[in-house]
Amino acid sequence: MRYFTGFVLCLLLTAAAYVLVVGGSTGPIVLVTLGVLALVQMLVQLVFFLHLGEEASPRYKIVTFALMAGVLFIIVAGSLWIMANLDYNMMHMTPEEKDNYMITNFDKGF
Amino acid sequence: MSTVVEEKALLNRTSIGFWLYLMTDCILFASLFATYAVLRNATAGGPSGNEIFEMPLVLAETIILLTSSFTCGIALIAMKSRNVRMMIIAMAATFVLGAAFLAIEIGEFAKLISEGHGPQQSAFLSAFFTLVGTHGLHIFIGLLWLVTMVVVLARTGLTNKWIRQMTLFGLFWHFLDLVWIFIFTIVYLMGVAK
Repeated sequence: MRYFTGFVLCLLLTAAAYVLVVGGSTGPIVLVTLGVLALVQMLVQLVFFLHLGEEASPRYKIVTFALMAGVLFIIVAGSLWIMANLDYNMMHMTPEEKDNYMITNFDKGF
Repeated sequence: MSTVVEEKALLNRTSIGFWLYLMTDCILFASLFATYAVLRNATAGGPSGNEIFEMPLVLAETIILLTSSFTCGIALIAMKSRNVRMMIIAMAATFVLGAAFLAIEIGEFAKLISEGHGPQQSAFLSAFFTLVGTHGLHIFIGLLWLVTMVVVLARTGLTNKWIRQMTLFGLFWHFLDLVWIFIFTIVYLMGVAK
């Protein structure tokens, strides 16, 4: 039964991610591994639970899902990128310096 | 001959429409995830994630929600083979598991707030409560929907309209489990492992 296969796969993926973290592992490689495990579990659920890819042509569900994934990536990656830059450029300033910086740059018209 | 074909086409159209709603809901969650990711270190002297998260409870929540997604799938299969008894049992299991998930989450929130770590303490906690709370609100609405489905079933029986609505509920419930995987990974696991 397909639901059961998906269920067991998800349990295994969840357990793997949990054991990895509770075992005390840290660092960038662990974070990437966790991300990959989550993406794999997403695919498992999309295929086994939500039956994505089974619809007949035209495949509106896949197309809208791909568009949504694009927008999602822009929102998340864009926010992190912009805010990290802002942080990097302003973190060494005191609050007064930040105010002055904003005021002078505003006068320049940014 | 044509009524069966028409009904299938109607179910197809309805589920595409609902799928579009789910995709826009994904965008809502994307903006909440982006906010959380930006503010995850803005603890303002308050606790960070690995100081307040109780991982065994979170694992229990994850397994409970995954199992309820599975029982929901069983209900849909039973519905297709017109096995009403099996379907009702699976729907009841889905409801109980969903309610258990929500109870654990509310308990977690209540404990954090009573210890002074409410959403007003830091930007990190505001983002945490908003993201996880919005998912919890979806689960609550899903539970109300499920109760409504049972009440309507008792009144009208297994009509084509009811079957369409139950199919959409299945999509909704599986989708909420999908969102939870990312809350579990990004908020909890990555919060502890960083």
